[in-house]
Amino acid sequence: MMVDAKIPEGPLEKKWSKYKAAAKLINPANRKKLKVIVVGTGLAGSSAAASLAELGYHVSSFCFQDSARRAHSVAAQGGVNAAKNYQNDGDSVYRMFYDTIKGGDFRSREANVYRLAECSLNLIDQAVAQGVPFAREYGGYLSNRSFGGVQVSRTFYARGQSGQQLLLGAYQALMRQVSLGKVNLYARHEMLDLVLIDGKAKGIIVRNLDDGKIERFAADAVVMATGGFGKIYYLSTLAMGCNASAIWRAHKRGAFMACPSWIQFHPTCLSQAGDYQSKLTLMSESLRNDGRIWVPKLNNESRAANDIPESERDYYLERKYPSFGNLAPRDISSRAAKERIDAGLGVGVLKNAVYLDFSKAIKEQGKHKIEEKYGNLFSMYKKITDDDAYQEPMRISPAAHFSMGGLWVDYELMTTIPGLFAIGEANFADHGANRLGANSLLQASVDGYFIIPYTIANYLSGELKNKKADISNSEFALIETEVSDRLKTLINIRGNKSSDYFHKKLGKLLYHQCGLSRSAKGLMEAIEEIKQYTEEFYQDLRVSGSVNEINAELEKAARVADYLEMANLMCYDALSREESCGAHFREEYQTSEGEALRNDEKFCYVSAWEWSKVNAKPILHKEPLVFEFMKPSVRSYR
Amino acid sequence: MMKINLKVWRQKNAMSKGKLVDYELKNIDPHMSFLEMMDTLNESLILRGETPIEFDHDCREGICGSCGMMINGQAHGPVAGLTVCQLHMREFKDEATIYIEPFRAKAFPIKRDLRIDRSAFDRIVQSGGFISVSTGQAVEANTLLITHETAESAFDSAACIGCGACVATCKNSSAALFTSAKIAHLVKLPQGKKEATKRVLNMVRQMDIEGFGHCSNTEACEVKCPQNISILNIARMNWEFNKTGGVLR
Repeated sequence: MMVDAKIPEGPLEKKWSKYKAAAKLINPANRKKLKVIVVGTGLAGSSAAASLAELGYHVSSFCFQDSARRAHSVAAQGGVNAAKNYQNDGDSVYRMFYDTIKGGDFRSREANVYRLAECSLNLIDQAVAQGVPFAREYGGYLSNRSFGGVQVSRTFYARGQSGQQLLLGAYQALMRQVSLGKVNLYARHEMLDLVLIDGKAKGIIVRNLDDGKIERFAADAVVMATGGFGKIYYLSTLAMGCNASAIWRAHKRGAFMACPSWIQFHPTCLSQAGDYQSKLTLMSESLRNDGRIWVPKLNNESRAANDIPESERDYYLERKYPSFGNLAPRDISSRAAKERIDAGLGVGVLKNAVYLDFSKAIKEQGKHKIEEKYGNLFSMYKKITDDDAYQEPMRISPAAHFSMGGLWVDYELMTTIPGLFAIGEANFADHGANRLGANSLLQASVDGYFIIPYTIANYLSGELKNKKADISNSEFALIETEVSDRLKTLINIRGNKSSDYFHKKLGKLLYHQCGLSRSAKGLMEAIEEIKQYTEEFYQDLRVSGSVNEINAELEKAARVADYLEMANLMCYDALSREESCGAHFREEYQTSEGEALRNDEKFCYVSAWEWSKVNAKPILHKEPLVFEFMKPSVRSYR
Repeated sequence: MMKINLKVWRQKNAMSKGKLVDYELKNIDPHMSFLEMMDTLNESLILRGETPIEFDHDCREGICGSCGMMINGQAHGPVAGLTVCQLHMREFKDEATIYIEPFRAKAFPIKRDLRIDRSAFDRIVQSGGFISVSTGQAVEANTLLITHETAESAFDSAACIGCGACVATCKNSSAALFTSAKIAHLVKLPQGKKEATKRVLNMVRQMDIEGFGHCSNTEACEVKCPQNISILNIARMNWEFNKTGGVLR
């Protein structure tokens, strides 16, 4: 089956305005009669919930954290892109569109990406109006910096806490709507399933994490803004609670999942120091503006970094990609690091890192300038490693970071289930096979503030006359029972291993077989191993406590159960794509120079997967990617 | 490798009585984070069939504001300027005894063990911690000129992560630092000045309603704030409050 993205006809730069002009509207009196559920309160969820409430819809907003302000958008450091061209350096909406399509290795939709670039202009205005304290020049104008994969400065930032400040802007907008009684906010409520009535998304089943009670919520449409699932690798830059369960449950109810194996490994993270480690902290990519990446030229180098002379250092990014150097895109930088580390040239005790060196920048600009730009990152590095990066280079390595894949959505951000929308990192849409730095805050915000308010009206206008969903409907009872049974099953196993044990084991397997590089052989092995892990999980898991109480272990176990199923899909996704593109690097498909070898003839499509059954091969549907305005080219950063 | 003796506050729910329980941990790597040490303890409790310790945590990089506990009587532990997720075991001596308790305040009821209810902070923000601008109303960003110094100063106030260490540290359990940081962030910016009067009156009133105590200028909050939020924010709040004469004109 072919899936239809419903992209509007016409010239690229007119598509979104044409869509908006033709989309159905709902008058203010009628909006009050419509309920919308928004799951997740990160940048996408908060901005959507606030914007929809401002329009007059009845919004219910859910998050598993104890406050909406804590969602993981808060951790984004570097900034947000916008084609304002304040720097007069040749930027434009088209240039940003071009960079993003190319950065995504020609595996995203032209129409979506153009719209993203177009709406970026409004986002900066909106954030400033909310009081987001972006960096300013001395004259009072907004300041910009540059990020990987581009040659202009279009990134707006608030020191190394850009995500926090943008999220607080959206959170405050959401709190304003809560105070006006337009949003009912349910913190510490985790979505555990989706309810469909007559084939349409009409509600969710959630667990109140503070008392364990299972609750039902009905609405006229459901918006999933549940973020990414890079935590499937256990070690990642994500928060401990980030998970795939909400989108996975939607997938099992019929929403297609697109390109789930496209996971970005961020090149600048702190390397693993021991088995006990629970996360790999990200150091903003902005560091690569001034830091130089290198490894020793010799194997078994034992000297300290500062004792290795210039002539014995390999600045491999500058060597291999002279026109982009240390600002080569993330997929390329991460893979290059892995290649050096695998060749035995890694640094640090576990030989699992590369150096990120600021000595040249400090010499040229002075320590105070570097401190002003990256002070909080250097102090974070010191806190975690106990080393001073002003004195010696940082040790960094790639870590699982961003899910380009996610729920398949059409141009309206609606999944294959009518009435179920997915926004922000939870969907697959704009980033193709590799996301450019500072485009994730952008996509989350644009989806929430500027797209969903238009597209959801186009859907909801058709729901006005239909019968309202009610939580007394038998579908709600049925799915609530399924959810309760699932949780009881996990508690009743009473085995000998914690959910963390299984999570770490699965993460390790995926890192090696479905991580920075993949092969058919490795993926097939992984699929078999996941079957064994699943079997072991359901025989030997131990969850303490009961369902009807606060129980962090139960939350973890339910997420790992879903990860095990998701991992199977990721491996099939990676296996079926016999080419290398962006973050997806198949060892069998590379150039003689070790670069990704894309196959536009056979694989210029989005893989949209339909659920079949546990541990079985999922069903593949294809959305052909048509390039009308840009010609796919070899993505060279040399 | 280190040996550590823990005395951890265990409490089933807000109603029940809590107590300190002893745990002994061997083979603790000094490079572990404090929460990874807690993970290790929990892992062993699960395998022994005991109930693991509930504590708030999420991002583990010091920015989400979820984690927070009193460690040897200090919010977020002995090191200044960081959250407990960034604290490492190397800060403790081998064979040390460490007391771990929840953040305590009347306005922060205990849910279980070290987990607390900080929803009072959300309600303070709801009472006025925002600029009333709806999506679509914004003017072109560079028409609002804000000097570098003003933007940086607003950022310093806005950097608060809402963890509650200020409240836990204050002998009066005052939320003055949290509340004033938001008031100051917004009032320093031109776009935030329009609602300044209403904002400060409503937020201060909400702070009282929630049961937080008053600020008596001990400055302890600033010392334990992981984001080094300055008490000058409190002075700014008081100034803004006094300007209103206490009533909405």
